[in-house]
Amino acid sequence: MIELRNVEKTYHTASGDIHALKRTSLTIEQGEIFGIIGLSGAGKSTLIRCINMLEQPTAGQVFVDGEELTAMTETQLRKARQNIGMIFQHFNLLASRTVYDNIAFPLEIQGLSKDEIKKRVEPLLDLVQLRERADHYPSQLSGGQKQRVGIARALASNPKVLLCDEATSALDPQTTKSILNLLRDINQRLNLTIVMITHQMEVVKEICDRVAVIEEGSIIEEGNMVEVFTNPQSPTTKDFVKSVNKLELPEAFKDTPVQDKYFEGSSMVVRLSFFGGNADKPVVSGMIRECGVDANILSGNLDQLKDRIYGNLLIVIEGSKDALENAEAYLRAQNLQVEVLGYVK
Amino acid sequence: MSNEMIELLIKSFWETSYMVVASTLLASLIGIPLGIILTVTRANHILPNAAVNSVLGVIVNATRSTPFIILMVAIIPLTRMLVGSSIGTTAAIVPLTISAAPFIARVIESSLLEIDHGVIEAAQSMGASPLQIIYKVLLPEALHSIVLGITLAVIALIGYSAMAGVLGGGGLGDLAIRYGYQRFQPDVMIVTVVILIAMVQIIQYLGDTLSKKLNKNKL
Repeated sequence: MIELRNVEKTYHTASGDIHALKRTSLTIEQGEIFGIIGLSGAGKSTLIRCINMLEQPTAGQVFVDGEELTAMTETQLRKARQNIGMIFQHFNLLASRTVYDNIAFPLEIQGLSKDEIKKRVEPLLDLVQLRERADHYPSQLSGGQKQRVGIARALASNPKVLLCDEATSALDPQTTKSILNLLRDINQRLNLTIVMITHQMEVVKEICDRVAVIEEGSIIEEGNMVEVFTNPQSPTTKDFVKSVNKLELPEAFKDTPVQDKYFEGSSMVVRLSFFGGNADKPVVSGMIRECGVDANILSGNLDQLKDRIYGNLLIVIEGSKDALENAEAYLRAQNLQVEVLGYVK
Repeated sequence: MSNEMIELLIKSFWETSYMVVASTLLASLIGIPLGIILTVTRANHILPNAAVNSVLGVIVNATRSTPFIILMVAIIPLTRMLVGSSIGTTAAIVPLTISAAPFIARVIESSLLEIDHGVIEAAQSMGASPLQIIYKVLLPEALHSIVLGITLAVIALIGYSAMAGVLGGGGLGDLAIRYGYQRFQPDVMIVTVVILIAMVQIIQYLGDTLSKKLNKNKL
């Protein structure tokens, strides 16, 4: 649906060139929710603006729905943009227009008649549950309501792609959740391709099918969201995952030195991560029986990655050196992820 | 005060009103498009054009820095060409317009620049053309602020119109100088000044009220 081929963006400034986006290629499939995550200044904003050419790439080609945007004239590009909706962190609604007129705005631009506009806007008011607010002005709405207007406005022209520029960053966690639910809902209902940039791992983990991690203008990691989340490669990605996966050593261990290697009389601290499928197997009690060790659960949690259950368990295993090695081998043979965090006494 | 004097006051009031209203309308006709061009041709705006922007900027600044009384005399040939005479109330409208137009242009420019770039970007993302952005985004979003700016221009024009007496333009200011000052009739001076103050107060009040009504930012 969307393809970036060797896209680059360089800003020429008085103090030298800034490579906002280094040679980047990216393919986003029809109907998927694609997340682009990065810290501020990483280039994600430039990247998403290259997709609808709000930023003209310095080099490379951009294709959306089979058409090359980088080869179009201004007029053709304006037409093509009607197929690409966009929502923004600060909503960017017209303050002088009511909710209804804001949603009608892109249709007015296309020159539709009042009747045709009404036919499009009415169902959208229902979709975003703002029918009673149709005559309100943006300043009378909450942040979540404003973003829902933004979504309805972006959907008014029946786009094939929806670009979300930090769409939930200005919202509280609960409102974020409701906006993400709405996005997931329209993704499924309209088979809409959604691209979202964010610095919040919570957002990615909530709804994205695939994710790309961007740093200093380059994509450093890309893949299926669950894979990237459960098996991050780069330090930046690991940090992002850690930001939502707060399973660290409990306070009590903070003062005890944790060693990398086994030492006399130490116990092994292990993190187990598992998915819905094997969450019900008695892995820990199996290990205790088979390997002759004792286990103590420090903490655990259950989380959701899009629609899959994802669990984490932090345990301390006590036993002889051999028994601990056996236990580790036993755990690794199971269908779960094992990470030995260290040895403590 | 004699009846004759009262008639003179009423006549002067209408002369001032005529000069101010006509020159505001004409100056807006020139100043609004000029202000729009000054805005959109800026770097990073929707139609960047450094050449147009700097040439217009210099013209606007030059006109604004010329003292009105000098501008009025300097453009007498132009005035004569446009209205057929260089003296009279109608003739005074020409210099008033020419001095107010760049003022209005700057006022419009600063109003339009207040609009958040994100809103313009949103319109661009929907495929709006530059002209549509001007008519459907910039002007409606800035309207409340433009109204305040034009109010400012009207009040400035009331002040300038007092100088129109130099061209035989008449008006309240001229009356105050000729009767109140030169003929030592302080009562005429006081009445004219009071009328002018009342005019300014009413115009400012109307401008504020209208702007408030149009401003949907804070409800």
